[in-house]
Amino acid sequence: MAEKKPRRRVIHPWPLRLTHWLNALAIVMMIGSGWQIYDASPLFAFTFPPLITIGQWLGAAIAWHLAFMWLLVFNGLVYFIWSAASGHFAKFFPLSPRAVWRDFTAALTFKLPHQTGVYNAVQKLLYLGVLFAGVVIVISGLAIWKPVQLWFFCDLCGGYVAARYVHFFAMAAIAGFFAVHLLLVAMVPKVLPPMITGGRMEP
Amino acid sequence: MKNINRRSMLFRAMALGAVSTLPGCDYEDPAHPDIADKFLHAMSAWNDRVQEALFDPHTLAPTFRAEQITNPPRFNAFYDISQAPVVDPATYRLELGGQIQDKSPWTLAALNALAQTSQITRLTCVEGWRVIGEWEGVPLGDFLRRIGADTTCRYVSFKCADGYYSSIDMPSALHPQTILALKFLGAPLTPPFGAPVRLRIPTKLGFKNPKSIMQLAVTNIYPGGYWEDQGYNWFSGS
Repeated sequence: MAEKKPRRRVIHPWPLRLTHWLNALAIVMMIGSGWQIYDASPLFAFTFPPLITIGQWLGAAIAWHLAFMWLLVFNGLVYFIWSAASGHFAKFFPLSPRAVWRDFTAALTFKLPHQTGVYNAVQKLLYLGVLFAGVVIVISGLAIWKPVQLWFFCDLCGGYVAARYVHFFAMAAIAGFFAVHLLLVAMVPKVLPPMITGGRMEP
Repeated sequence: MKNINRRSMLFRAMALGAVSTLPGCDYEDPAHPDIADKFLHAMSAWNDRVQEALFDPHTLAPTFRAEQITNPPRFNAFYDISQAPVVDPATYRLELGGQIQDKSPWTLAALNALAQTSQITRLTCVEGWRVIGEWEGVPLGDFLRRIGADTTCRYVSFKCADGYYSSIDMPSALHPQTILALKFLGAPLTPPFGAPVRLRIPTKLGFKNPKSIMQLAVTNIYPGGYWEDQGYNWFSGS
């Protein structure tokens, strides 16, 4: 039998790449329109500049928001199901506070090398955190959208008034992740092409 | 049938706004609805259907205690409070139209003579703010049955003294907390808060609670609404 050439493993399988980019689109649309919705009745003493919001008035922003929520949710469900079925979630574990601290201090002193296909402890924590924020933002969003019919989500958030704050802070967490994520990609640009092409593990 | 063009103008305006941040789209030809228009229109219609399916006629909106009532109450309309229409209660007649057996107009006294119900509920504005108030009036379901309305029709529509108009789905109209309110905070409605008759429907957003109602109709023809025609989601249920 002919000797088989060892196949190099794909760094990012196609379901991960597809859901990643669809999620990126959904997040930009949801946050951009969400900021415009926020501006109609701000929770805090600031508003988002219209230049960086989506939809020129409240009605448009809500229409975009309630259109793209379907992409966010269904794409998210596909990601969760695929990750559970494929074993992708195993890459986030094991995770210990000690390891997070070790990798965090190493990263701050630029001593943390990028290992292709392996998540360091800080990455694991950030990814788990943003996934959690994603679940929270969907639940609180449903609570705000349908507080009567989906009252259990509203109760889970501590009531309608609290749900708006929960939704806001989940957005802030996701936006913060987004900023750090883009910064890290800018610092280690070689990680970008594999998220488009899939890439191959170095032999 | 839902009017194909009911939102196209509105959505054009909306889309224009959206596109200012979405390079690559062009909205310069108003004769041809663009792809963003059509997309938002279709998604909003889909969201109407989802909400109709989610609607449970037995799920009640939360109620509150008297001390939780927002004081002073908050006025809101598409005009200043000084512009609120003043309707003479003595000559007021609620006109009825559409699929209704007895279309005789109703005086305020006749409406007040019907069995009343009161509620302390939260009115949530599409903008995000909310107030808690106490409303008292005639359950719309009771009223519709009394006038021989065809409750198999899809819509109940309202036309107001200030030119505002809106419409709701029949299941929401028959919900026990949906009332033709005659009183607010224990006293007859005042002009800024919808005198002499307003719809109070705590299972929908504030703009689905038309004030100073002059005409009520039951119909299968999509009636739209003042804000709905500008792009707000029609069902807008909570």
